[in-house]
Amino acid sequence: MKYSAVTLAREAVRGQRGWRPAWVKAKPKDAYDAIIVGGGGHGLATAYCLAKTHGLTRVAVLEKGWIGGGNTGRNTTVIRSNYFYPESVALYDLALRLYEGLSKELNYNIMLSQRGMLIAAHTPAQMEICNRIANAMQLNGVDGRLMEAEEAAAKVPLANQGAQARYKLMGGIWQGRAGVARHDAVAWGYARAASALGVDIIEGCEVSDIRVEAGRVTGVETDLGPIRTNRLGLAAAGATPGLAAKVGVRLPIHTYALQAFVSEPIKPILNTVLLYLGTGTYLSQSDKGELVIGGGLDRVPTHGQKGNLPAQEEVLSGLLEMFPSFGQLKLLRQWGGVVDVVPDSSPILGPAGPDGLYLNCGWGTGGFKAIPAGGTLLAHMLATGAHHPISKPFDLDRFRTGRLIDEAAGSGIAH
Amino acid sequence: MQTFPCPFCGPRDETEFHFAVEADHPRPENTPSDVEWAAYLYTVDAPQGPAREIWLHIPCGEYFVMSRNTRTRDVTGSEALR
Repeated sequence: MKYSAVTLAREAVRGQRGWRPAWVKAKPKDAYDAIIVGGGGHGLATAYCLAKTHGLTRVAVLEKGWIGGGNTGRNTTVIRSNYFYPESVALYDLALRLYEGLSKELNYNIMLSQRGMLIAAHTPAQMEICNRIANAMQLNGVDGRLMEAEEAAAKVPLANQGAQARYKLMGGIWQGRAGVARHDAVAWGYARAASALGVDIIEGCEVSDIRVEAGRVTGVETDLGPIRTNRLGLAAAGATPGLAAKVGVRLPIHTYALQAFVSEPIKPILNTVLLYLGTGTYLSQSDKGELVIGGGLDRVPTHGQKGNLPAQEEVLSGLLEMFPSFGQLKLLRQWGGVVDVVPDSSPILGPAGPDGLYLNCGWGTGGFKAIPAGGTLLAHMLATGAHHPISKPFDLDRFRTGRLIDEAAGSGIAH
Repeated sequence: MQTFPCPFCGPRDETEFHFAVEADHPRPENTPSDVEWAAYLYTVDAPQGPAREIWLHIPCGEYFVMSRNTRTRDVTGSEALR
């Protein structure tokens, strides 16, 4: 069912009885042309691209929980491409460009709001680094620029600029095309569009093993029984290393919890995404008026989807340093998700282990912004058996060759 | 707030500790291939459940092995490395 003004009007007249579930709750078939493990944004986008771009519709997405219940529904919804290395910008700006057309592409409003993002600097040394990153972004053809103190302060009028401020705004990097989107809608929109093209979205289906014969993937074992396939994509974030280990593939991935916070809704006070280099805390204001707040990783490796108190204290004390006026705000929610962190802070995309197995993992704290690109690239690899030019630098082999894409050093990612 | 046991200083606040590496990853012997060497340098097991990890207790500067459950966060053991 296409969503449109006509559909809305028709259902209004007919008493809203014609709406159908956005996607079919499928039961597993015996075999598929391709299976994707992980029904988050990346997995669903992969299935959509397999069907839409490559004409492969005997495709299943296996999700151990429910659609929108993992990191895709747990993140702080920021979309940006302000990275340093050409390889990273190619990847993340592909995602941003695809996001710009995604509501129309999926016939589903993902509520993309390109309100701009300010990475705020407070010292001359930070300004020099910001200048370098802004230059790199421009050389890579992306819309970043250095912003001076006065303009930056005008972007965030409530920010602490008084004599007592620990971190004054000296300026920073501005990317006008950055912004936020409704994260659930990205998952739901991809699920609906993939389902409409014939993809089976199977929720409550956990993969327990991967079958390999003569060096090639032949299927998976699940709690709903075995399913055959010759092409398997793993897009399961923090659960990916455990799955890959089933076929002897060990990955350079540590798993940590990343927390986020949402305040009670308040009147509009912030119309950009703001990150302070000084505190590591970042925030935006949702359409409902809530402040959506995030920061760095918990420092204890974990697979439990909950955060610890020291990381909360660091993020929230940072927030209050940035905005003392938020001291009376109540937090509505706090939660944690498990993220897959790679030593060079860049994702792993490419084949691994037996023929037919491909990885899309290692996005760490920043997977949401990359969903349309991750889906495009994993689908390309599953359909063609070869790397896409944009995915090639992110192959697992970079740890052997030493050609790391170190965005922790390049753009100052905090992990 | 969680408390971790330092074998030298006793139970201390988790913020005093720094995760170093997973324990029990022996250095390859003889002349490893570049694949084996990269695996030694970078790959981890990131187990879901019981894990043995090397941690640093920052105030006393000692490294030690902590046995933890990575799902529940329960700490089950702590032993000095020397």
